Amino acid sequence: MSIIYMLLAISVFVALIFFAAFIFSVKNGQYDDTYTPSVRMLFDDEIVKEDATKLNETTEKPTVPKKG
Amino acid sequence: MTSCFHCGDPCDEELIVHHDKNFCCYGCKTVFDILNDNDLNYYYDLEKTPGNSPKISETKFEFLDNPNIVGKLLEFDEGNTQIVSFLIPSIHCSSCIWVLENLNKLQPAVSNSQVNFPEKTVRITFNSETLTVKQLVLLLAQIGYEPYISLEDAKPKERSHNKKLIFKLGVAGFAFGNVMFLSFPEYFQETEFWLDSFKHLFRWLMFSFSLPVVFYSGQDYFISAYKGLRSKILNIDVPIALGISVLFIRSTIDIVFDLGSGFFDSLTGLVFFLLLGKFFQQKTYAYLSFERDYKSYFPMAVTQLLKKEDGTYSEIQSEVHHIKKGDRLLIRNNELISVDAVLLKGEALIDYSFVTGEANPVSKASGDTLYAGGKQQGGVLEIEVLKPVSQSYLTQLWSNDIFSKNNKSPFQSITDRISKRFTVGVLSIAFLATLVWLIYDASHAFNVFTAVLIVACPCAIALAAPFTLGNILRLFGKKKCYLKEASVIEQMAKIDTLVFDKTGTLTAAAKNIIRYEGVDLSEEEEELLATSLRTSNHPLSRALYKELQKNNICTLDEYEEILGKGITARIAKSEIKIGSHQFVTNESDIVVSETNPNRTGVHISTNNTYKGCYIFQNQYREGIAETMQTLANKYELIVLSGDNEGEREYLSELLPKGTKLYFNQKPEDKLQFIDNLQRKGKSVLMMGDGLNDAGALKQSNVGIALSENTNVFTPACDGILDARVFNDIPNFLSASKRGIQIIQWSFLFSLFYNIIGLSFAVTGHLKPVIAAILMPLSSISIVIFTTLLVRFYVGTLLKR
Repeated sequence: MSIIYMLLAISVFVALIFFAAFIFSVKNGQYDDTYTPSVRMLFDDEIVKEDATKLNETTEKPTVPKKG
Repeated sequence: MTSCFHCGDPCDEELIVHHDKNFCCYGCKTVFDILNDNDLNYYYDLEKTPGNSPKISETKFEFLDNPNIVGKLLEFDEGNTQIVSFLIPSIHCSSCIWVLENLNKLQPAVSNSQVNFPEKTVRITFNSETLTVKQLVLLLAQIGYEPYISLEDAKPKERSHNKKLIFKLGVAGFAFGNVMFLSFPEYFQETEFWLDSFKHLFRWLMFSFSLPVVFYSGQDYFISAYKGLRSKILNIDVPIALGISVLFIRSTIDIVFDLGSGFFDSLTGLVFFLLLGKFFQQKTYAYLSFERDYKSYFPMAVTQLLKKEDGTYSEIQSEVHHIKKGDRLLIRNNELISVDAVLLKGEALIDYSFVTGEANPVSKASGDTLYAGGKQQGGVLEIEVLKPVSQSYLTQLWSNDIFSKNNKSPFQSITDRISKRFTVGVLSIAFLATLVWLIYDASHAFNVFTAVLIVACPCAIALAAPFTLGNILRLFGKKKCYLKEASVIEQMAKIDTLVFDKTGTLTAAAKNIIRYEGVDLSEEEEELLATSLRTSNHPLSRALYKELQKNNICTLDEYEEILGKGITARIAKSEIKIGSHQFVTNESDIVVSETNPNRTGVHISTNNTYKGCYIFQNQYREGIAETMQTLANKYELIVLSGDNEGEREYLSELLPKGTKLYFNQKPEDKLQFIDNLQRKGKSVLMMGDGLNDAGALKQSNVGIALSENTNVFTPACDGILDARVFNDIPNFLSASKRGIQIIQWSFLFSLFYNIIGLSFAVTGHLKPVIAAILMPLSSISIVIFTTLLVRFYVGTLLKR
């Protein structure tokens, strides 16, 4: 049953990693603005789509769309 | 009517068709061109009519040429890289985010720009070699996103996010989960070989997990309890601190002497739930500020005139703080005068609505004193400073004691009031039970004593108010009433007197009804009137001209505008006089005696015959009479106005009987008035809108600022109400009362749990597993109970 020492150590260690990740993310300001990233995330997709339709019309070689 | 493709405003003044699209002004068209030329058309795909009409005045940002001022704005400045953050009030939709984050397509020197939508700020990193801050600001202004730069930006920024509470909550939650997990084996199996060999390890691990919870996460409760005791108040934190310390000491003794597994699970759970309540109670509206003073209204810099050796003057941009007595300043159209000064040169037409609430601008002649807070409407002025910004008449208001005091009147929350009785009750039960056990079986006495204090820890009581008020706070927020903190709701429930400002609060700001009294004007005369008004820059002329809507503009033969009096104009043989009563009437005429000299009116006479008068009347908010009538049943109503008595009659007719009206109230008078009411034992809610109400808003028990547009700044207050929901005020007030009822019911509910717990405790049967079930159960059921009640009992009030 001494394996339990090992298991305990691992479980506490894993928990501490998550705890450290939490502290890091708060300190880093990841929770300061919870709205804008949700909007920003959608922009890039839309641009790709728009560029793709334009390219289809002109039947040019597709290029990598510029990211904003 | 066609609306502008860019900003959506109706194109009523002019219509510009460009690229088959309609624009309301050249500004909007320019923005469209800029975006179009840079392939940023996607802006219009995201949102229909997303833009703002750009209103740029070239001179407005000249102060950004001064490197000292720019230095204060910069967040980071090293080598070629500069970072600056701007507040842009016009950010309002996803298109705004998109175009601001694509600034580098418009200006290659910008390397990165990031929008914080809730705070309406943008943080821009740019190359300082190719782009100056001024150019950047002008670019933003050009595309309709003019940054708001005020005196407030001059002081170093502090980000006061309440991150500490999040950390404490994180620590408590982390420890709670792990302790729960470690204490599980001992809940059910009392004796088993392998458990016996490991339980000490488990217990000491739990002990170490609970250390940061007690000494870090829970420290606020100890501090608050200590402060409370020192000022002889038994606040709710006293029994909580007592509970935490007893839990910790008892558990430590238990594991040291191998008496049991301790109550570490309950301890960490308790602190976690309490902090969760605290966290829930605060709801911040990132872009609203409840702490503003004159600094957010005042410009950062002014144009100073420096005398050169040869006697001529040169203009420089100086910081407002550096302006001293005797300096000469230049004030342009629409600029705010930030000091008390003497007018030297120019025609001053000062709009003091900001300071006094008086709606119409006043004319000043050279030699007159101008007070800080006035806004020039018209030409350029030269002034000489009498008092610098910090000593001016207006800013003196902020040196009143009320602004330095952190807390207003000592306010005892409903939880603190009950906690006094609760603490006394629990302590007496604890001592009584211990006494009985000392006689009966002394070995159990310590156990019973600590068990009572543990189980009676008022977790559920402490959670009732935060969750009820937190829920109501969110509900109010959805209904466009934004409160600063949860305790404002408790204060609102106690209000018995409502004080209203008039201009901008009871009346809709910048909305006038113009009514004509007198002899009808002929078509010809009306044309002459419109033509003369068109030439004038006086705000009343502009307003009246817009109302008349005459297209037939003829050429004037003669035109003269006498400052502060009126206009004389002539076409062929018809002459017109427009202006004050005194100006247009000649003594020889049979004068239609002016009934009310305080009314705002524009008088007309043609060819020396008095014709009549256009009366400007404030437009009161729709439904105001009914709303005030509803309020009058429950509250004492008072109107405090900085305006003159011109509308007394009309107002006393409009408002319910018994409403007291006071006029000509200066900012300090308002503050003093509220203070006097409070001395008489009244609980006052003040509702105002401008800087002139700032003192009264601060002094009152609850100060609510009314705002037509939450993007525009409001003075320091406890809450901001969107003007559109003005008629819901009675509902908000009753909702706050219902909230207090819910808290009281929750107290009864949690008392029921305490009685169950106490019955275990006094009989000496409180096992860790029972405490570990009872504590979260009571907390969670209180949370559910209050949330549901708020939704159904309070929510129905605000549903329309």
